[in-house]
Parts: sequence; C-alpha cells; structure tokens
Amino acid sequence: MKLLKYICTFIFLLFSVVLNAQSVEMADRFRADGKIYVVVFVAAIVITFIAVYMVRLDFKVSRLEKMIKEKKH
Amino acid sequence: MKKTRPISHSWWWKVIALVCLLYTYIAGFLGTVPAMPILNETIRNLFFHVCMWMSMFVLMTVNVVYGIRYLSTNNSYDDLVAEEAARASMVFGIAGLVTGMVWANFTWGAPWVNDPQLNGTAATMLLYAAYFILRNAVNDEAKKSKLAAIYSIFAFAMMMVFIMVLPKLTDSLHPGKGGNPGFNKYDLDSNMRMVFYPAVIGWTLIGVWIMSLRIRFRLVEQSYLEKL
Repeated sequence: MKLLKYICTFIFLLFSVVLNAQSVEMADRFRADGKIYVVVFVAAIVITFIAVYMVRLDFKVSRLEKMIKEKKH
Repeated sequence: MKKTRPISHSWWWKVIALVCLLYTYIAGFLGTVPAMPILNETIRNLFFHVCMWMSMFVLMTVNVVYGIRYLSTNNSYDDLVAEEAARASMVFGIAGLVTGMVWANFTWGAPWVNDPQLNGTAATMLLYAAYFILRNAVNDEAKKSKLAAIYSIFAFAMMMVFIMVLPKLTDSLHPGKGGNPGFNKYDLDSNMRMVFYPAVIGWTLIGVWIMSLRIRFRLVEQSYLEKL
C-alpha cells in the first residue's frame, strides 16, 4: 500500500509538465493540426505491446522455473 | 504467511520501468522542449538516444561488479550474471550507436563523423565483443570465468577512458565535451528533465529486466541439463 502511494505520487509529479511558447522554427504547425497525437498514439501502442510481451516472457520463465522445481522434489 | 520473493521475481520495479517508458513515449513527444537552432525538434532524441548509453553503462557496471565478485567468491552464479549483463549491455550499445548515427546524419550532416566520442564508443563495442570471443575461446569453465572476470575489469576501465575521458580532452561535437557546453547548461531545461530522468530510469530498469530474464532462463537451462 505504501509502495502504491509512492508510485502514484511519482506519476502525478511527472505529469505536471508545463507548456510554454516557442520562437525558433519547430514543428508547431504539426502540433497545431493535432497530427502529433497520431505519432504519440502509435508510439504508445508500440511500447504497450513491448510491455505485454515482456510480462508474458517473465511469466513463461516463471512457469519453467516452477516445473523444474517440482520435478526436482 | 507472506512469501518473500527475490528481487528478480518481484514486480514493483518492472511496473515502474513500464510506467516510466509509457510516460517517456507520451511526454517525450508532447512536452515542451527549448527551441534550438540546428537541433530543432530533434532535441527530443535526447529522451531516446542518451538513455541507451545510460542503460549500457549501468549494465557494464553490473558486469564488472559481478566479475570482481566472482574473483573473490568463485561462485559460478556471479559469472553468469556478469556474462548476461555484458550481453544485455551490447544490445543497448548497438541501439545507442544506430540511433546516434540517425541523429548525427541530421544534425552533423553525416552518419559517422570523425568524433572521439563516436570512435570511442565503437572501440568500446569492440572491447566487449572481444569479451565474448575470450569466453568462447576457453573450454575450461573455471578458467573461462576467471579470465573473463579479469578482462572485464580492463574493459570497464578502457570504456571509461574511451567514453568519459578522451572526448572531454579532445574536440568533440557532443555537448559537454571539448569545450562544448553540456546539456545541463541551457539545453536541458526543467521541462526536459521531467522527461529525461524517468526515461533513464525506465530504460535502465528494462535493461536490468532483460538481463534478469536471461539469467533465469540460463539457470533453468542449467538445472535441466543437470537432470539429464
């Protein structure tokens, strides 16, 4: 429970990113059109898939470890 | 009674890693970055490219620490950790080199410029490639582990010289090297820090996760082979 509280505080701290205006040539038009959200969405999907894959891999190794342990005794 | 799990089987740090990464991939594109000439929008690569090196560096540190541990304990598990740490660090090193080449092509005009930092990291990759060649060249298990542990100390020291020291002494295009101001001078403002630090934490933990999975896989493999 305490750990969960720490993690939550950490996440909320991170999301408090402030937005400012810019002057040098940047991809502002791209942002204004809202197309940046397409990029963000795609990147978020990719990282989510990698996350799911890693978690499944972890479970698979855990299952193997269990099998080996049960066979030993 | 609550069962105590080893750190490699607990989930809290893996959750932190994934949350940090998801946050990096959202805030890395949406967050505010300083408008710099030449760099323009590519300054966001800091969140993705530099983290590869941080992760590589942490894993190489694990490699040398467990190498030294092996020398004092002679426990084959320590050697296994050292080997898998080196393997995982190579993944991030190669990823760092490739992403760096893409970025350099845009900002410096060529994928490979004659920069001490670039040549130093290439030399480091070769140093660690030699680590695996050394491991494969020796058949005797104990001898192999001992040689690899001793070599990893030299490799780590050379890595520090190649990546951290030499580029600072000579001219380098990288920030913070050869008279160039570092990112923390004006580039890395507080908004970027808010993304950069979680990105480093996330990628480092992912690297450790990959390493721990590989170690666990190897241990399962070993105990299976013992039963045969």
